Amino acid sequence: MIRTPAALFAALALVAAACTALDSTSPAPDGSAGFPITIDAPSGPVTVDARPTKIVSLSPTATEILFAIEAGDQVAAVDDQSNYPEDAPVTDMTGFSPNIEAIAALGADLVVLGFDPGEVVAALDAVGIPAIVHPAAVDLDDAYTQIEQLGAATGHVAEAAAVVAGMRENIARIAGETDAGGATYYHELDPTLYSATSATFAGAIYGMLGLVNIADAAPDPDGFGYPQLSPEHIVSEDPDLVFLADTKCCGQNTATVADRPGWNTMRAVQRGTIVELDDDVASRWGPRVVEFMETVAAAIGALVDG
Amino acid sequence: MITVRPTKMEVWWVVGAGAVLSITAIVAVSFGAVDLDIGSVVVSIMDRFSFVEIDSGFTAQQEAILWEIRIPRVVLAGLVGATLALAGGAYQGSFRNPLADPYLLGVAAGAGLGATLAIAYAPGTTMWPVDPLPLFAFSGGLMGVALTYVVGYSVRAGRTSVTLILGGVAVAAFLTAAQTYLLQREAETLRQVYAWILGRLSTVGWSEVLLILPYVVVTGIVVIAGRRRLDVLSVGDEEAHALGVDAPRVRLVMVLAATLGTAAAVSVAGLIGFVGIIVPHAVRIVFGTSYRVLLPLSIFYGAAFLIIADLIARTIVAPAELPIGVVTAFLGAPFFAFVLRSSRGAGV
Repeated sequence: MIRTPAALFAALALVAAACTALDSTSPAPDGSAGFPITIDAPSGPVTVDARPTKIVSLSPTATEILFAIEAGDQVAAVDDQSNYPEDAPVTDMTGFSPNIEAIAALGADLVVLGFDPGEVVAALDAVGIPAIVHPAAVDLDDAYTQIEQLGAATGHVAEAAAVVAGMRENIARIAGETDAGGATYYHELDPTLYSATSATFAGAIYGMLGLVNIADAAPDPDGFGYPQLSPEHIVSEDPDLVFLADTKCCGQNTATVADRPGWNTMRAVQRGTIVELDDDVASRWGPRVVEFMETVAAAIGALVDG
Repeated sequence: MITVRPTKMEVWWVVGAGAVLSITAIVAVSFGAVDLDIGSVVVSIMDRFSFVEIDSGFTAQQEAILWEIRIPRVVLAGLVGATLALAGGAYQGSFRNPLADPYLLGVAAGAGLGATLAIAYAPGTTMWPVDPLPLFAFSGGLMGVALTYVVGYSVRAGRTSVTLILGGVAVAAFLTAAQTYLLQREAETLRQVYAWILGRLSTVGWSEVLLILPYVVVTGIVVIAGRRRLDVLSVGDEEAHALGVDAPRVRLVMVLAATLGTAAAVSVAGLIGFVGIIVPHAVRIVFGTSYRVLLPLSIFYGAAFLIIADLIARTIVAPAELPIGVVTAFLGAPFFAFVLRSSRGAGV
């Protein structure tokens, strides 16, 4: 309606950007050059006309990435789940049902979402706000791509490249130093025994360290990767390591696990090889993946030494 | 409206139902995500229940799987199924409504809100002397029904069982809205709440069995004791009064007893649907409409039904689990259609 000129302008900008995208690869020393730029997001091409200064992040992982690539001072608001880093401008906005008017009222010039709960991107597009949807990464390369794309979209190409390089280096180092030698593990997402198979992002990290996943036995015809396991299976498989990614959400810890019926016969309970993870670090795919990997590697080290 | 033809219970009906339940329980204990030798399972059970020490050959771990995980789960499925079927029958008799189910008066919505509150705001058991989830769900369920009574009885003119049911509809809608609002705010609890809604038998043990046993026993005794009065109630409130039965009082006692058991069952097992409506109807079609027959038999067949549903839930995609609520509907709907088709349409 009254926003039609803006939408028209956005459409024109899209065409213009498509033309300039080819030569926008030249370095932008002050961060303001290189715009407009078109990002090849998983949801489709997104054009950012100018260096955004009022970014709204409705994805906790995107928030972590934005601050890691030094775009933090361009972030105007983040959603209620974005609890890291601490100085992120948390609001009570939610990624599950974003309020388009509230985002527009902030004067947002770029929105990053973890998923589109339904026509949100189209609605933002209609009011002329570019929106990037970065869904849960399926592997590390996917995560690196997201970091690089956010770098490009915010004018922090070099910083994003540095973050990715640092992650690659650290992950290669930890993977090189660690070999679980086929020790088994169970990764718990919640106390109803939902787990993650090796096909998931977290599962792949464990796999890089030589751990074998007991959830892989579960049939997974759709490649969904998150089966609810039978307690009988977990007790019977008797994994060497138990990783709890439900300490914050659901108050689980070594003691609550030991209290579960039948679990006291498990070696991990008897030896104390239960690792209380930070749910957020273990479930996000930003730069703190390295931290997650270090925690897992330390547990493997303790297992091998003990 | 259900036409009730009072009949006496035949002894062999009870014996048959007992046999069905026993066989179901034995099969359910013998199968699971982990293969346990059936012979050894039998030996292990005999070892516990006889004074003779027999070695089943099980490791400590296999013993734990059988005795700490599988058997309590079968027992709990039986208790929950029996309670829901019995409560469903009692509701149908009290309201003379074939569509009445144990969740009619807001138990499910209240328990759902309570469970969501517990999952969102009282995670884990470390700070609480008892597990808050069943406590909240139980209190929420009872509160839901209490609210329904307040709303239903606030109607000045024409205070009937229909106003009570309508009160239940309003209360359930309100409580569900409150729960949905909470879920929107605390979206990270979504998967857990969803798991609870679809039934939550997978992680139970003996503590849950002991937790609900007293309520379930009270419910069973009160409802079974009142089975003849429900037969009388079927002729209508005024006619029942002429026959010396105080219909509103019978209804209140039956509904309270059924609600207590339902709230207890739901508090540990989640919202398992379909049992409370399908089992009493299947019994009604096969054995007749008399509550003297229907209520006791519903206990056996309700237990057997849920034990089978849970057996399927925990074995069909093993070592993963299916939500039991999905199985009860998936299994129950076609089974019920079959019973309905093969019946002569009597009594429903």
